[in-house]
This record gives sequence, structure tokens and C-alpha cells, in this order.
Amino acid sequence: MRKAFKLQDLDCANCAAKMENAINEIDGVNKATISFMTQKMMLDADEARFDAILDEAQAICAKIEPDCVILR
Amino acid sequence: MNKKQTRWRNRIIVALVLFAIALIIENTGLLEAWFGTPGDLYAELVLFLIPYLIAGYDVLLKAARNIGHGQVFDENFLMSVATIGAFALVLFPDTEPHMAEGAAVMLFYQVGELFQSYAVGKSRKSISDMMDIAPEFANVMRDGQLVQVDPYEVSPGDEIVIKPGERIPLDGVVIDGESQVDTAALTGESVPRQADPGTEVISGCVNLTGALTVRVSKPYEDSTVSRILELVENAADKKARTESFITRFARYYTPIVVGVAAVLAIIPPLLFGQDWADWILRGLTFLVVSCPCALVISVPLSFFGGIGGASRIGILVKGSNYLETLAHADTVVFDKTGTLTSGTFSVTAIHAEGSFTEDDLLAVAAHAESLSNHPIAASVRTAYTGAIDPERIQKVEEVSGKGIRAVIDEHEVLVGNGKLMADAHADWHDCELAGTILHVSVDGEYAGHIVIADMVKPDAAEAIAALRRAGVRKTVMLTGDRADVAQAVAAQLGIDEVRAELLPQDKVAQVEALLEAQAAHDPKGKLAFVGDGINDAPVLTRADIGIAMGAMGSDAAIEAADVVLMDDRPSQIARAISVARKTMAIVWQNIIFALGVKFAVLVLAALGIANMWMAVFADVGVAVLAILNAMRAMNVRK
Repeated sequence: MRKAFKLQDLDCANCAAKMENAINEIDGVNKATISFMTQKMMLDADEARFDAILDEAQAICAKIEPDCVILR
Repeated sequence: MNKKQTRWRNRIIVALVLFAIALIIENTGLLEAWFGTPGDLYAELVLFLIPYLIAGYDVLLKAARNIGHGQVFDENFLMSVATIGAFALVLFPDTEPHMAEGAAVMLFYQVGELFQSYAVGKSRKSISDMMDIAPEFANVMRDGQLVQVDPYEVSPGDEIVIKPGERIPLDGVVIDGESQVDTAALTGESVPRQADPGTEVISGCVNLTGALTVRVSKPYEDSTVSRILELVENAADKKARTESFITRFARYYTPIVVGVAAVLAIIPPLLFGQDWADWILRGLTFLVVSCPCALVISVPLSFFGGIGGASRIGILVKGSNYLETLAHADTVVFDKTGTLTSGTFSVTAIHAEGSFTEDDLLAVAAHAESLSNHPIAASVRTAYTGAIDPERIQKVEEVSGKGIRAVIDEHEVLVGNGKLMADAHADWHDCELAGTILHVSVDGEYAGHIVIADMVKPDAAEAIAALRRAGVRKTVMLTGDRADVAQAVAAQLGIDEVRAELLPQDKVAQVEALLEAQAAHDPKGKLAFVGDGINDAPVLTRADIGIAMGAMGSDAAIEAADVVLMDDRPSQIARAISVARKTMAIVWQNIIFALGVKFAVLVLAALGIANMWMAVFADVGVAVLAILNAMRAMNVRK
């Protein structure tokens, strides 16, 4: 499943790159891209685990940039 | 500025004022008078800590929190270590204090960060405004009443009303009303188009003068506007090589600089008995420069700006990587029909013979062809300005593969190719012009011929010339059309090479051969293919970069292409290339400038020449300048 999410308060381009790398490491993620410019994340991941993956992604974002929230 | 930024700005202003006051107090020697030595040193520490903490408490907090999360090398941490280190030098009694520097570094770091946040937010907004073509509602006729609904809820076949000033929400055909339609948001073309009943209108355009009733032809998901938005949204997925390189570079750059900083601070004093304070300061200066932000922000921002700027003039680029490839276009291959020519046949010349005038010839031919629905017949009828009088036509029959035999005004008329003329023993001859020649004879006497050709687009010649000026080495035209027609068009436009009479599958083979030739000549140069038809899709995918003609192009071609030209003007190709080149130039300027300054400051810092002020410039100042430079990519002249 492929879905786009808006990222709120993503303030640092380097952090976006780090998040992108970390989210791509999550089990079940086919491809994740984060665009700092559009403040969006495009997540292509396993349908069955999608929600769980999204939770993990949110945890990663919060770790790298505490204010950053994935809007769903 | 948003709320967060305003609060941030106010905090920085307060800190700046307090910092200035602290500087004045320090320099007037008041502290010494009040606290004596060494008490003044500690008073000074407190004095500078106040603006430092006001400006940077959030940075310190974030740094502490991120260490907890195992994110050691983030910019907050680096800044915190560098500034705390500067303050901590107060513990070395025999060195110059660096408290003012510590506070200043934090202050300027924050000023730079705020500016970055503001500039990025602003350019992001101006680009998204530019792409703001999504319609918010549609007025649909439901049970005789006009209701406003979400465009998603409208289905094909529904009738919608678009009032003046409103955006057309879905693709459709006008059934009632007349108006001017502004297509600028999609095509960059500033001259409005006329819309009458029967005209197809595309979503995303703005209705200007009169109300239009439109029968919807596509659901919202397939309408032009949502297809375009999807393209643009997904553009960020495809990162340019330069962009990925910078991200990878950033991953190694910071740890390496931090490592060197540690070595620099510890080894010389430890092993060679050098001054601790001096070398620690050099190490701290390294830390300030170690953030790769200038690059990590400015490179994607340049690409984003370039894509945004291009979309403003009706050029949709599906990803940064394509912008990068386009900048290296060296061979441009065109499809002929629909790309360089308009794809519609029209009468280009009328050569009357004997006692016939041009008008007679056209009138006779138009009547003879009046019942045929062949495109050639249609173009003859279009060229004939008078009305077709059915009374004049007594008989019409088709001569398979040759033309038409008709009886008009009691005369036997033959309209068709040379074979038909030869059969009738008319004294006919061929024409020197390229195109489809329609010969006419009346009662066995040769009356002349009409030349019908696909019209070359008005800007096609200029498009080729512009490509040449842009440094494109070779232009090639591929077509399924006859060789003589193709040669004539190529000669008229100044195209280097022509491959005619190709079947669709031949085009792929031709492009592959051209790709090899390009690779042999200059492996860095790229091959662009420009096309519009359904059978172009495989070629569009095969070429280094596929460019599709948008509004008229087929969906399949637009899907397969990497760059879509919203209006069908081939001159847009040269503009697309120039936008791509400008963007790449900006990207490289930023990379070279940012890395150059950073390395220079690193070297100077290691030698003990650069101080923290220079380091702050190398970090924040460079980021700001790079962002300002990146924002230029957005400015594309209409």
C-alpha cells in the first residue's frame, strides 16, 4: 500500500534525511521517502502491518525531531 | 512568519539586546571596578550566560534529549558542545576568556536557523501557491437545482456550471455558454482561450468572462488537474543523483569532522605538551563547522525551486533526477506528427491548370469530397469557404484506393491520386511540393491539384534553433510518414537527421541506435525523446529522458514520460533545458561554495588562524547565502 502523509513541524532537512533512512529500515517498508520541501512522507509498505509500521515511523520521527508529528 | 517563528524572533531580539549590553559593560571596565580580579571574570561569565541561555536554551534542551535517544551527532549537540566549551575555557585561568564568543555563536546560530526556517517556509509556500490549482467545489445540476459539491462526487455525464471567476473542476465539453478560459496555471500561456459549445475544457483552468455549462467527461481522479497534482506530489520521490550524494556525504561528514575535532583538542596538548586551552578552542571551532545543513537544505531547495519554476511555465518535471538528466541533453529526438507538426491536415497549396481558377478547383473538390469522412476530405471542405450545395452533386462513388468519381453540375469529376488520372487519360503531372496531392479532372480534362499537408507548428523552427543555441548537438526526427514529406519538414525546420517510414516498433530500435551513438560520442550527454502518441510510450521510456506533449498527448504517453509539456509548443523544450541547466548551476554553486568555505575554515581553524566567528559564518552564513541562491531557481521568466 502506498500512502502520503503530511509531516507537521519538520524543521531540519538533515533530520528529514535521517528519518527517511531509519524508516526505510523498518521491517515491511518497501520504500519511504520524506520530502523536506513538501513536508510530506510517501510510505509504501506492507498492507497488513501498515498501522504498526506507521506507529514505528512516528516513534522514529519523535526520536530525531521531538516536535515532528505524522498527520494521519 | 508563523507563530512559532514570531516567538523565536522575539526571543532572539531580547537576547541580542542583552548581549549588546553585556558587551558594553565588559568593555567599559565596570566589572573590574565593581568586583575586582578575579571576581570580574565570574561576573562576566554570568553576564554573558544570560543572553546565551535566553537565545539557546531550547538548543541545549534538544541536545540533552537527543543524547538520551542516541542521536549524538545532531546540530543541537554540536552547537551545545562548542558553546559550552567556549564558556568552560574560563576554567583555564591563564587564557583569554571566550565567553562573548560562546554567547555570540549561539546567537548567530539561532539567527541563521530562524532565517533558514523562514526562507524555506516562504519558498515552500510560494511554490505550493503556484501549484495551487486544485478546484474546491463543483456546481452540479441535481433535480433542476444547482448544488455545490466536492468535485470527487461528480461523475462523467453530469452537467456542471462554471461561473465567471471560478476554476473548472473537471474535464468536460462545453454544452452551453461562451467564455474566455485562462489556462495560465496549467500551460503558462497568458492569452486566454475561447470556449464555445463543443469545446473541450480542462480542469484547473479559470473561467473568465461568461458562465459555462459543461458535460463532465472524466471522473475527478482522471481529470487533468488531479493527474498534474499527483505528478508534482510524487516528484519529490525521485531524488537527483546530486541530492542523494549530498545526503550520503552528510552522513559521513559530521562524524569525521567531530572525530578530527576530538583528535585536535586532545592529541597535541597530550603528546606534544601544547597549550590545552588553545587546542580545545581549535577543536570547538571545528564542531561549529561540522553541520552539513547548508548543503542538505539548499540542494533539494534548488531542485524544488526549479521544478516549481518550470511548472509555472507549463513544464511538469516528474522528479529532480529528470531535471538533472535534462540539463545534459545532447541529442533531441522528435516524433514528427503531433510534436513538430500539428497533426491535422490542411490545404497548403492549390495549383489550378488550364481554364480553371483556384476557387473553381477547390469548389469542385469540396463537393466531390462532401460525403467522405476521410481526414483529407475534411481538410478540403475546411479550406473551401463557400457552402456545399447538395443540389449540384448528382452522383458520387468511391474508386477504391484511387479517389472519387462524381458527377457535379452535369460534369464528370475525378478527384484522387495519379493512378486515377492515368486511368482517365487526363494530362496530369506531379507536384514539386511535399504532401498528399489531390488531382482533379473535369470531363477528362486535367484541372490541377490540391496539396494537403500536415502543418508544421508555428514555433517549430524556432524551437530547433533555440535547442541549437542551448548547445544541443544533434536533432533527429522519427516518423512513420513518407520520406519526401519528412525530408521537406526537416529541411524547413533545420533538423539534422531524418528517419522516415518507420513502424512503431522501429522507433524503439532507432532510439536505441541513437543512444549508442550518443554514448560513443559523449557518455555524459543524454538523449531526450519528444513525442505525443500512444505508440510513443515505449520510446519515451527507452530514452534517457522522455518528454510528452501534454494537453493533446495521450494519457499513456504522459504516464511514460518524465517531463510533460502542458501546451504543445515544441519551443518549450529549449526552455525546459535552460531551467534544468540553471537549476544544476545553482546546485553546483552551492555545493562548491559551501564545501569550499567549510574546508577553508576547517584548515584555518586547525592552524589556529580561524576563530569561532569565522566558524559561525561558515556554518550559518553559508547556509543563508546558499538558501538565497537556491531560491533563484524558482524565478523562471514567463
